[in-house]
Amino acid sequence: MSGCGAPVQTAQLPANVDTGREVVLAGRVTTGGAPVRGAFVRLLDGQGEFTAEVVSSPQGDFRFYAAPGDWTIRALHRSGNGTATVTASGPGLHEVDVTIG
Amino acid sequence: MSRDTVLVSADWAEQNLDTDGVVFVEVDEDTTAYDAGHLPGAVRIDWRTELQDQVVRDFVDRAGFEKLLSAKGISNDDTVVLYGGNNNWFAAYAYWYFKLYGHRDVRLIDGGRKKWELDGRPLSTDVPQRAATSYTAAAEQDRSIRAFRDEVVSAIGGKNLVDVRSPDEFSGKLLAPAHLPQEQAQRGGHIPTAINVPWSKAANEDGTFKTDDALRGLYAAEGIDESRPTIAYCRIGERSSHTWFVLHELLGLPDVKNYDGSWTEYGSLVGVPIETGSGKGSS
Repeated sequence: MSGCGAPVQTAQLPANVDTGREVVLAGRVTTGGAPVRGAFVRLLDGQGEFTAEVVSSPQGDFRFYAAPGDWTIRALHRSGNGTATVTASGPGLHEVDVTIG
Repeated sequence: MSRDTVLVSADWAEQNLDTDGVVFVEVDEDTTAYDAGHLPGAVRIDWRTELQDQVVRDFVDRAGFEKLLSAKGISNDDTVVLYGGNNNWFAAYAYWYFKLYGHRDVRLIDGGRKKWELDGRPLSTDVPQRAATSYTAAAEQDRSIRAFRDEVVSAIGGKNLVDVRSPDEFSGKLLAPAHLPQEQAQRGGHIPTAINVPWSKAANEDGTFKTDDALRGLYAAEGIDESRPTIAYCRIGERSSHTWFVLHELLGLPDVKNYDGSWTEYGSLVGVPIETGSGKGSS
């Protein structure tokens, strides 16, 4: 049985993920152009409600499996916080980066 | 029950890392988090391999729990301070286990690993060697805090059923949280008459719990009847442990159970009623 926690975040999609079917929101957390590892990346829905949270990879990567709609990505780190928005019209890979500082 | 006896702050934790009789225990879903750095002196419990029976879908039995805690060097008289990632989900899950088997003094670090990291507090990769103990569980499982499927089905329309998953999981739009592939095969939706109060509404952005007043207001606004017993559930029972902790340990509601079978069990049962949609307006 899998838990509900987030898997280790990577830039490359796992082979079992079908982007023809899944709505994937993915990107990087950066500061001053450099990747931020260990940021707490929170996915908020169109009403601003929390949906999910992952920890960014050493390369700053994060990924969510969502549904079509408007989403906000909120990143927290001891060095600062940042916010970005993305609209997913349907299945596929939707890229969104977050700058903190 | 009050915060003073069930919760400690990150400050308190840092000041008591070396205090005799206080054992820090990290419980994460991602057990590699501990390897990369943990609170100095903290031991690790793996919820999947150490708290679960490896054949039957159930918890370790009383003897298994005693063996585990003895091997970890935890005594009956120790204050066990649990923390972990994912806003303390699995730490709350472990807290509930410790209560199931009657451990006297167990607490959570408010905000867990996230708060600790956001504060920039120290982490260590040294693995402590604690001498083995002879732990004795106080009791067989305390069934007053654990719900099983038949009780859940019969609670429809009677007890408070609190579904703590995200709104999209509640409605049936998603079958798992949004950071996981949606590969599950069971039906989507929720138990009829359940209210949807996502676990996350009980926590601040940094993972700490909201104030008692805010929490009371939250559940009252969502329609919890405090005069009735309450059952919390999610997908596999760890997020609902977080809400069980809030309702039973922080707010002191007397009859609150965690349904650890949760949606992976309920949503796969044959013939039980399921409701889809937002649930607003249902009786």
